[in-house]
Amino acid sequence: MAPLISHAVPVHSPRRARPIKAMPWLTWIRKRLFGGPWDALLTALAIWAIAVTLPRFVEWAFLEAAWSSHDPDACREAAGACWAVITEKHRVMLFGTFPYDQHWRAATAIAIMLGMMAVSAFHHLWSCRLAVAWLLAIAAVLALMLGGAFGLSPIGTHQWGGLPLTLMLFIGTVVGGVPAGILLALGRRSSLPAIGAVSIGFIEIVRGVPLIAILFMASLMIPLFMPEGVSVDKVLRAQIAMILFFAAYAAEVVRGGLAAIPRQQFEAADAIGLTYWQAHSRIILPQALAIALPALMNDIVRAFKNTTFVSIIGLFDMLRATSTALQDPRWTLFAPEAYLFLAALYFVFCSAMSAYARRIERGLPDGGRDGRS
Amino acid sequence: MSAHLSQSGIPRRAQTLPDLWFSLGFRALAYQILVIGAVVAGAVWLIGNAQDALARLGISTGFSFLHERAGFDIGETPIAFRSTDSFLRAYAVGFLNTIKVSAAGIFLATLIGVLIGLARLSSNALIRALASSYIELFRNTPQLLQLIFWYALITRLPVPQQAYSVWDAAFISNRGLILPWPIDAETVARVLLAVAIGFVCVVTLRIWANSHHRRTGRHVATDTAGTALLIIAPLAVWAASGAPTAFSVPELRGFNFAGGLTISPEFLALMLALALYIAAFIAEIVRSGIRSVPSAQLEAARAIGLRPWHRYSRIVLPQALRVMIPPATAQYVSLIKNSSLGVAIGYPELFNINNSIITLSGRAVEAIAIMMAIYLSISLVVGLLMTLYNRSVRIVER
Amino acid sequence: MDGAESEPIVEMRGVHKWFDEFHVLRDINLTVGRGEKVVICGPSGSGKSTLIRCINRLEEHHEGEIVVDGTPLTSDVRHIEAARRVVGIVFQSFNLFPHLSVLENLTIGPVLTQREPRGEAERRGLELLERVRIADQWRKFPGQLSGGQQQRVAIARALMLRPKIMLFDEPTSALDPEMISEVLEVMAELARDGMTMICVTHEMGFARKVADLMVFMDDGEIVEAAPPDVFFGTPQNERTKAFLSQILH
Repeated sequence: MAPLISHAVPVHSPRRARPIKAMPWLTWIRKRLFGGPWDALLTALAIWAIAVTLPRFVEWAFLEAAWSSHDPDACREAAGACWAVITEKHRVMLFGTFPYDQHWRAATAIAIMLGMMAVSAFHHLWSCRLAVAWLLAIAAVLALMLGGAFGLSPIGTHQWGGLPLTLMLFIGTVVGGVPAGILLALGRRSSLPAIGAVSIGFIEIVRGVPLIAILFMASLMIPLFMPEGVSVDKVLRAQIAMILFFAAYAAEVVRGGLAAIPRQQFEAADAIGLTYWQAHSRIILPQALAIALPALMNDIVRAFKNTTFVSIIGLFDMLRATSTALQDPRWTLFAPEAYLFLAALYFVFCSAMSAYARRIERGLPDGGRDGRS
Repeated sequence: MSAHLSQSGIPRRAQTLPDLWFSLGFRALAYQILVIGAVVAGAVWLIGNAQDALARLGISTGFSFLHERAGFDIGETPIAFRSTDSFLRAYAVGFLNTIKVSAAGIFLATLIGVLIGLARLSSNALIRALASSYIELFRNTPQLLQLIFWYALITRLPVPQQAYSVWDAAFISNRGLILPWPIDAETVARVLLAVAIGFVCVVTLRIWANSHHRRTGRHVATDTAGTALLIIAPLAVWAASGAPTAFSVPELRGFNFAGGLTISPEFLALMLALALYIAAFIAEIVRSGIRSVPSAQLEAARAIGLRPWHRYSRIVLPQALRVMIPPATAQYVSLIKNSSLGVAIGYPELFNINNSIITLSGRAVEAIAIMMAIYLSISLVVGLLMTLYNRSVRIVER
Repeated sequence: MDGAESEPIVEMRGVHKWFDEFHVLRDINLTVGRGEKVVICGPSGSGKSTLIRCINRLEEHHEGEIVVDGTPLTSDVRHIEAARRVVGIVFQSFNLFPHLSVLENLTIGPVLTQREPRGEAERRGLELLERVRIADQWRKFPGQLSGGQQQRVAIARALMLRPKIMLFDEPTSALDPEMISEVLEVMAELARDGMTMICVTHEMGFARKVADLMVFMDDGEIVEAAPPDVFFGTPQNERTKAFLSQILH
């Protein structure tokens, strides 16, 4: 028999630290940016592209820009951006057609809404007191915006606009749409065929048509379907449409969360004698919502962006307010700057909410399972 | 005793009303009747109000208005349209305009989205950062705002006389983008039709080939057939039409260009707004799709000696595609529906045309119903196609 | 000719590896002769899988040398490809390609990389499937097979490349008990046919029958290495004895 060639030498070597390479940042650059010929080419291209565009953008946006002046001619002379259009028009952009001397009311309403949203972001502050605080906040905001009480002059909803209107529509959509979506999701899963059919029909139709169509339909048809003499406020019509639209999409998200709950949970709840509503409200829905929360946050951020759609049916949200302000012939040339400012505003809101959504996803006790099991 | 005996011999007493109430079946029925009753009653009340209102306004109902004279002009008309044509034809124009801008948007969005999604996966940190910035920027601003911005930008470009040009053949000004275009428009239409039909055939062929693969474990090579349908057939159509090569290059005449193909500012802005926004979402879908393939698959591919190109094209991509297609299709449907934003800048797509029709015919309810039916059909058809395709490629399991 | 055959087919000298700051392989010195079978055992986390994955460069070692069939393993792509061509590996979780049929799983490597004609590759594939006793499932997809069947397909797939060395990374750990023996039988046959094998496994019965050298690893280092009768009969090291008493009770 041939002698065994395979052998191993047991050597006891103590643990030691990983050998550190000299100039680790150089290695990082070499590996991460120039790892292969492909990589090197891409990096070179990217650097070239940045070198060509960035200086010009900085020049336009900052160095040669006109920052504040009430004279559009000064802007025209400046080779760069005209940020003066913002200093000139920002009141209209932010508050719409709200009476000028009452802007403090709108600003206070904005502060209240933003404050409540920020507070609600801290999960451990959620309680009955927070819900009550929300109710009071909504009442306060409505009082400020509508007036007619507490010595405030009445202001019609047709004068609402800008950021307050955007925030109110957004909050209304979420507060109204999430419960509606949950009900729809439950209805869709119902074993009662009629309720299931109505729910599915509603969800599929609303999800199959554009949001504009729903807004338009609500705007045009709600007055048509009301008995004579009953008129529904335009803002309310838009709000209803947005709630319905949100609910249909939220329903699908919640349904995904519900589908991920194992049957044993339902069976266990049945076995200890809970009714349908008790089982769902205490056991099933909390779990389903935790699973569905990341996707739901997506829908919520989208709802914020969708508030711009009401500008198409004539409400003066921030976008329409800006467009209208820019119809001023002296400033109309500088519309792109104004829209960039608006975009930055939306960007701040939306990325804050998205970042928050990502944080929740990571911090969930079950690691944020998505709806698929 | 004349008690009724059930088959097991246990005496049954007649069901009383309280028994009925506790029976689950009865309760279910009762709830449903209540719900349906409420819905029907609500519908009757709403429609009654509506009919009263319409009667008061002197508007009649029905769909016969579709054959009436439209009475308005349309800016962009893929098929010929005059104000004397019918409302029905106006709907057709709106529908075609929607499809036109949506198709262009979907194509561009897919191209950009895939590139950026792959960039996000790159080992090159700079490219990754750039891709992430794009996605964050375009996802966190409203689509309508992007549309208005692009339109504002394009309409503030210099006038045609000072247009920016590319090689003196393509020009962009505040009147739009002008490209050189073949003179023989009919041939172009036929070739495009051949491509469209070829595309549908290729998709059908792949669905069949995939099903065959699932059933028999044998792969059917469809590459040659695909190339033939998508490239050779349209080329043949072009050749058969006399192989026209004459191009019309735009020339500045007076205040505007003549010749070539004009892409209106509205179409351009809408296409950009739709494509760039959805591309950000497609990029994320591509990234998560590729990452969903377990790294063990890549290891196995490496272990049996596959080259990087084959690793990704034959192992990773087929599995990733299965994960990517449903959400991507949802995005495409979303893009098609959001083409209705064109109403904000005056692009004559379906929603916009519908508004004109409502204004001129007064038939709000019917028009809205028609418009919603068309959008619903598009959503359903696209969804159905996706389901068919995905079903043909689903991983075979016990 | 004699010289070449008495050259070891795998040599690892002074091999160290870190996962971030964790020193996962410490001064590994292992030599494997042609046609010989080495079984590596040890508690989980001892670095056994990492060790064999370094042999076909699925993991990269940081210090030391690894020589596979005369080719030193460096960052040179040609060396890596040369090594991968002679080393086949079977994974714990099979890693079959779910979207391809069984036969396609086998033929995709040779057809695409070695440009073997498809007919030839399929013929060889069916032969190998015959050898692992699963030829009648050639048109099925991995999802339709049991774990034991999938693992046998994985073995056939690795054999398609005509490797000189077969690595087994806990091939039966993910299988239900009743399917373990069918896989071990195939591996034993492979051993009888003279294949060089390096196995990481907990199946001591199999190891005792098949191995030429038993290696015990713990905490990133080789603790003891000996032929099976010595290893199981008179283990020298305390840690080896402790491990064996746990595994073999």
